[in-house]
This record gives sequence, C-alpha cells and structure tokens, in this order.
Amino acid sequence: MISSSTINAIVIGAGHNGLVCATYLAKAGYRVQVLEARDSVGGGASTSNFAEGYQVSGLAHVLHSLHPTVCKDLNLDAAGLQKGTAIDTIALDLGGAHLTLDTDSASGAGLSHRDAEAYTAFKREFRSYAKALEPMMMARPPRLKDMDFQDKMTLAKLGWKLRFGLGAQSMRDFLRVGGINIYDVLNEEFSNPLLKAAIAVDAVMGHHMGPRTPTTVLTYLQRLWGETHSANSLPPGGMGQVSRALENAAREAGVLILTDAKVDKILIQEGRACGVQLESGEEHKADVVVSNADAKTTFLDLAGTSELDAMFAKRIHTTRTNGNVAKLHLGLNALPTITGLTELQMGQRLLIAPDMRYVEHAFNHAKYGEFSEHPILEITIPSIADPTLAPEGHHVMSISASFAPYSLKKGWDEARSIFTDKIIAAIERYAPGLSNAIVARELLTPLDIETQYHVKGGHWHHGELTIDQSFMMRPIHGTAQYNTPIDGLFLCGASAHPGGGISGVPGRNAAQRILAMDGGT
Amino acid sequence: MEPAPLLHDVREVLQPSPFHPRIEALCTVKNWMSWNGYQTARVYDSLASEYFAIRSACSVMDMTAMEKYRISGPDALRFLNRLVTRDVSNLKPNRVTYVAWCNDEGKVLDDGTIFSLQDGSYRLCAQHHQLDWLLISSLGMDVDIQEETHEFAALSVQGPTSFSVLEAAGIKDLQTLKPFGIANTQLMGFELMISRTGYTGDLGYELWVEPQHALVLWDAIFGVKERGLYDVRAIGLGALEMVRIEAGFIMPGDDFNTAESTVRAGHDRSPFEVGLGWIVNFDKPYFTGKKALLHEQDQPIKRRLVKLKVEGNKAPADSFLYDGKNGRRIGTIQSQVWSPILKANVALADIEYKSGEAPTEIWAEIYYQKELEWQVTWARCAVTEAPFWSNSRRSATPPAVY
Repeated sequence: MISSSTINAIVIGAGHNGLVCATYLAKAGYRVQVLEARDSVGGGASTSNFAEGYQVSGLAHVLHSLHPTVCKDLNLDAAGLQKGTAIDTIALDLGGAHLTLDTDSASGAGLSHRDAEAYTAFKREFRSYAKALEPMMMARPPRLKDMDFQDKMTLAKLGWKLRFGLGAQSMRDFLRVGGINIYDVLNEEFSNPLLKAAIAVDAVMGHHMGPRTPTTVLTYLQRLWGETHSANSLPPGGMGQVSRALENAAREAGVLILTDAKVDKILIQEGRACGVQLESGEEHKADVVVSNADAKTTFLDLAGTSELDAMFAKRIHTTRTNGNVAKLHLGLNALPTITGLTELQMGQRLLIAPDMRYVEHAFNHAKYGEFSEHPILEITIPSIADPTLAPEGHHVMSISASFAPYSLKKGWDEARSIFTDKIIAAIERYAPGLSNAIVARELLTPLDIETQYHVKGGHWHHGELTIDQSFMMRPIHGTAQYNTPIDGLFLCGASAHPGGGISGVPGRNAAQRILAMDGGT
Repeated sequence: MEPAPLLHDVREVLQPSPFHPRIEALCTVKNWMSWNGYQTARVYDSLASEYFAIRSACSVMDMTAMEKYRISGPDALRFLNRLVTRDVSNLKPNRVTYVAWCNDEGKVLDDGTIFSLQDGSYRLCAQHHQLDWLLISSLGMDVDIQEETHEFAALSVQGPTSFSVLEAAGIKDLQTLKPFGIANTQLMGFELMISRTGYTGDLGYELWVEPQHALVLWDAIFGVKERGLYDVRAIGLGALEMVRIEAGFIMPGDDFNTAESTVRAGHDRSPFEVGLGWIVNFDKPYFTGKKALLHEQDQPIKRRLVKLKVEGNKAPADSFLYDGKNGRRIGTIQSQVWSPILKANVALADIEYKSGEAPTEIWAEIYYQKELEWQVTWARCAVTEAPFWSNSRRSATPPAVY
C-alpha cells in the first residue's frame, strides 16, 4: 500500500495498451509517465514510412477490436479517433467468382442459397458465443484457488451468460464445439470451399495453428469477439492515427510521454519494483511500474531471472511466443486490377486462401520450420480510401502472410527475398501485372518484428492464444491478474488477458486492477 | 553341457564404486543396498562394531555415490546465492557451507553442501539428483553446471582418531584445517582434496580424489591399521544412520518428503518446518522461495520437525505421537535410534502445532514384540533443541591426538 496521496506510475512502452492503461491511471489521479523505446508512440499500432512517400500501418493493419468501453472512457472521439468506414472481406477466386463477406451476410457468384443462409445463421450463433465470453474478457481472469468476491462474480456472470444468455440449446452447441477444431465445424456448416477457407483464416492467422488444430474454434471466437462491438475498418492515416488519438487522450489526462527512452531494466528493491533504468543509464523512480512489454521481455530481460523464483522464470521462458506472420509492404505506381473487382472492392480486406486444404497445407510447412510454399494472405490497399498514404496516383499494399515461422530452419537471411517473391507471385495470379507496378517493397519477418517492435518472437499476440496460455493462464498462472510476483510491477500488454489485437482491453483491465490494489501488492 | 548363462548380473543395475574391490572383500555379510545407483554396503560385518568405530575410533565410508555438481562461470556464486536459502555471498575459497534449497512455494527440495574450490569454481553436494532443478535455476545466468558424481571418488573418514589415522597415512596439512575448511594436498603423487566435514557430529574428514587413485587412497588409510597403529573400520550406511540421528542431522526424503517427490498438497515441508530456519537469510538478494517463506513467517506455525528424547527402552519405530496418553494425534516419528552411547531412545519427529502453539506434552504410542507377541506401551517424549550428542573435539583445531 502506498501512503503518498499521489501515486507515481511508469508505463513501459507506448503501444496502444500502454497508452490506454496510462490514461486510465492518470484519470484516476496517478502521475503517469510512459517510456517508449521507439521514436514514436503506437508500437504495433503505428504507421510506417517504409519508403520515401509510401506509408502503411506498420504491423496491425485492420482495426477490428477496439473496444467501445475504452473509446468511451477515454473519450477517443474527442481526441480525434477516426476508425474509418467499415470494410468487407473478399475471398478471392482465380476464376473471378469472388465471395464477399460482411458481418452477417455472404454473397458471390459461386455461393449457393443454402450456404448464404447458413452463413447468416452461423455468424449470429457464433457471435452470441463470443458475446457470452464478454464478462470474462472485460475483467481480470478469475483465480481458481483462493477466489475472492470479484473472481466469483466473474465466473457467475460467465455462467449466467452461457446458460441464460445463450439458452440451453446454444449452450449445448457451444460446449460441443468450444474446444474442437474449426475444420470440422465449417465442414458441418458449409459446402463452399472459399467460404470455409475465409472463416478458417480468421481462426488461424496470427497463431501456430492450422484449421485442423484443436481449439481453433476458440481462436476464431476470440477474433469474432471484436466483431461483437465493431466492424473491420482501415483507419485513415494508418493505425498510427489510432495511436495518435490515444496519445492525445493520454496527454489530455496529464500523462507524460517520453520517446527514444528504452528501458534497460526494472529497478527492484526488497522484492518491490521502484522504478526503471534507461539504456542511457538514467533512472526514473516510481511507486508502480506497469509493463506493456511482453511477459518474456518484462520478466526475463527487464526484471531479470535473479529477482524471480526459478520455476516461475522457467515457466515464462517456456511460453510459446514465436510469431508466424510476416508483413509485406509494397509501394505501387498504379492500382493493380483483379478481374471482377471494382476499385471500391479493391479497397476491402482481400483474402487469398482458396480452400481449407490450402490453409492446412500452408500450416504444414510451419510445423517443420519452413515458410509456406503457398502462403495464406490478407491484403489491404489502404491508399484507395486514403490517397495521402502514397504519392499521387500511386498506391500502397499491406499484406499479412502466413506462415512465416520465427525460427526458420534455414534462417531468414536468404529466405527473405524468396518468401517475398512467393507472396508477390501468389498475388500476381489474381492481379496480373502486379510485379511491374512495384516501386518499393519491405518484408518484416517475425524476426524483424522482434527487433523493430521489441516483441519477443515477433508474435502478433505477444504469445500464442492457445487455451493453455489464455484466460487464467495468460501469460502463465500465478501472474494472470495483471499483478506479478514482484510487488508494484504489473503487466498491461497483449501477453496479459485477453491477449492481442488493437482492443485496448488488457490495458484497461490492468489499470482497473492497479487501481483496485491501490498500486500495492 | 554349457552352464546356463547368468540371467542377471548385479553390476548391470548397481554400479560398483572405484573402491569396490576393497569394499567387496570387507563386506562379509553381503548386506548390499543401492545408494543413487551405486552398490553400497549397509553393513560390513556387524552394526555395533561399525557404530563404535565411528564413536570411539576411526571409520571409513565410501561416499562416492553422493550427488556432486560442479558450478563454474562468472555468475556461479550469484547462481548459488539465488538457489539456496542461506547467504553464501561471502563464502571464501577453500571453505564449505551447509545449505538447503526450495521450490517457488518455499518447500525444501533438498539439502547439501557447497564447496568453494581453489580454482574459483564450486561443488554442490546433494542427497538427491538435482541436475534438472539446477538447470532450471540457471536460466538467465552465465553459469556452467556439470554433474561430476562419477568423476570423483570420495571417502568419509570420521571418528576421534580420524586425524591421527590420516596423519599416519601420510596426509599433510591437516593440523591447521578448521571445521568446514578445505585442504588441497598430494598423496603419493596424486592430488587429494580434504574437507573437514561430515555427517556424524564428531571429528572427521571427507577425502576427494579422481577415481583412478581411489584404491591407493584406501590402501594408504587401511595401511595404518595393518601397521598396527590404529584401528580403522569400513562402515556402511546402517551405522551412519545411527550417528546422524544422534547428531541431530536430518535426511531429506526420510525425515520429510522432498518437494519434488510430493504429490499431495500439504505434504511438502518448508525449511522452517524441518528445523532449517537457521539457514534462511532474508537479508540477501532474492532467492527461490523467498516470497513464500516471508509469507509463511507471518502465519501461525503449523508443524515442526523436532528432536525428541523418548523415555524407556522400547524403540518408537514409526510411532504415532499424541498430546497426552490416549490424547489427540499430533504427529509421527520419522527416524529413531537406540543410542548406544547415550543409552537412550532418540528420534526425529514431525509434530503439528495447534493454533501456532507447540504441544505442551508429547507421548509416543509404541508397539513392540515380546517373543513374537505384540504389546503396546506409552512413552513420554521431550523436545530438545541441542543435538542429542556432540563433542568438543569436533571443532578443536588442531585436533586432539589419541
């Protein structure tokens, strides 16, 4: 417990969760300083100038889960937040029979009436499952041992939502499919291969999983949870614009933000975090240290194993944090054309994943430390809606490509250009002439993401969102309620519950936990 | 006809130690047991003669099977200080210290000794296999950990005349060697490390050599007996068990369940609970279990492993303990021995505290046989703080000559 009337908090990392957490704390009266290693705020939610005049969202490029509670609490609209218009997902077909999917309906040349109806019913049903998880997502995960009142309330609310929110029939269905793989479920529901693959991509992209991997229904629900409160969109100005709004809100609340301030270690005295030391040697003292860095960086690098119990350190060390998605940025001197798509449609979220077998085969390579021979691709061309991102008449293309394992058997040195060519070739089959339009390109492998964004393993979610690393086991049990074994040190990033995505929820939940604990142990 | 092949060769499952040729010749009753996979004598000829060799003369025990790990590298001392509950940051070269270590929950995994060797590295000796825990604990430290259980042969030479015997065997530099000190010397041209350590509570030494010199060392020591100077006897683990209880030394795995082998909640033990609170130092950098142990300190005491003197002459083997005759059951005897030198039953017992308070009365319910007929009796027990048996010659430097 801290005696001084104003608590002094340091947040390590000005990624979106760090900014969210800092703002909540500042609004509650804390004096908060955010220290960011990079030269600008945003972390994974930033806009990157990858070539002279060409800008894209650096890592995350589709906004799909920013939580309305966070937007409202932090008054992000007033801070200048523009989410951008909602976009559809278009699953590309080589023959031009593309499928367009919005939150509730599917349409396209090859889609049967039965599949279209099934899609609407499926989305309604699965969104209700995701909604049922809401009490769990918006609170600290309950401990199963030595539960306190809030833990019991969270579980009770979850139980109530599952039983009475869903109703008996839906709850039975949820319990049946909740732990299984998306492949089986989609085969039960649909016959159109393109439709099945498009949904499967949402279940596996960002994870070390193929459609047949158990628990891919859960990862799909986690993705779908964002859709329960907001649609997919491409923020004008790139994802950095979202972070700028968060930065404005933070500064408005009195948060001090220091960039180019890389934290080298967390200072610990008598088992309590008391500040940080920067790479420059400069020390900043604080009553509370909140880390938006991933759990491995926080505990193993910044705190150091010698400040931790041996098995705790080992368990953090063995969490699975190797990323599987590469990011390709292309500068184009002209808008590519895809047969059957209008320019407006080109500006949607485009998927290349013709069927679930393709997706599973793409994953097979990752199992053996290879990149996918035929990767699954999520493509956006944000310059269609926001021409300021590229020189006049030019465009930028932002592509998430899976699978690109962090630990590549042969190393990334030579593989980098080979994989880049494979991605371009895969798109070119749909968009002939693409390669002639390329004037700039940049590939970020998980290895690059690790070094440029300071995320161990370069993982989208700061660690796999498998069931053994989720909820009360995220990042590991024993530190899943945002507080850590080191008094006064908290986690607020994606390696804490409920995980990655530009949701702001880990940051919000962490701030609530810190406030409830009065910054103490 | 060809003789039938041996179905089973004991050496395939139990490793002979480098001293085995001598041990096998002396072990007349062939009472073998396994100690960490080594073929080890429990008794050579008679328990009584071996016990009195330790307490009245000079005993020699093969302790090659003791688990040994070499810890080296820039972070070796930092690693050890984070591993164990005791502050070992000031451990000087050529000194030994007794330590215990815990898991994250502050429950004892094992106890052992750390030897600060002359080359700047450390040897950790443990009762049980610890390599995996050491490797887990080494995460983030620049430290090299090698198991060297089989790279060194070791003899424990203990008893009032142990100093005289070793001097007579031609081993130098023992005169000034203090308890828990290490001497590095030579014997017949090979390197010999001697530590003034032991598990008997008496004057004694432990001798460490490379395995190829094991028999030469053995013969040098037993040569003293052959020359008619002093009696020297090989002793087995049976006699050692008697004297270590007399000296009040605990045995992890016998006197309490080690944390790693505990399955049921609440059956593991903290250092405070097994009487090792004296080697828990909170005034040092973080060590594994520190947070849990700090928390335990604030809680009412649940149980303690205590030294018990048990009245009467009936062995309280495996006895239940009660807070009065026919009272509430409060614990069990873990180890016990009839001490020939004290003429008393002494034991180590796990007893429960009620609301943090020690029981004021402890009674043992003892079952014993009289000509194969089972009898039961009650014996009053008294907790003692000091070792049941100790002798000032254990720490006298230079040691007395007998």
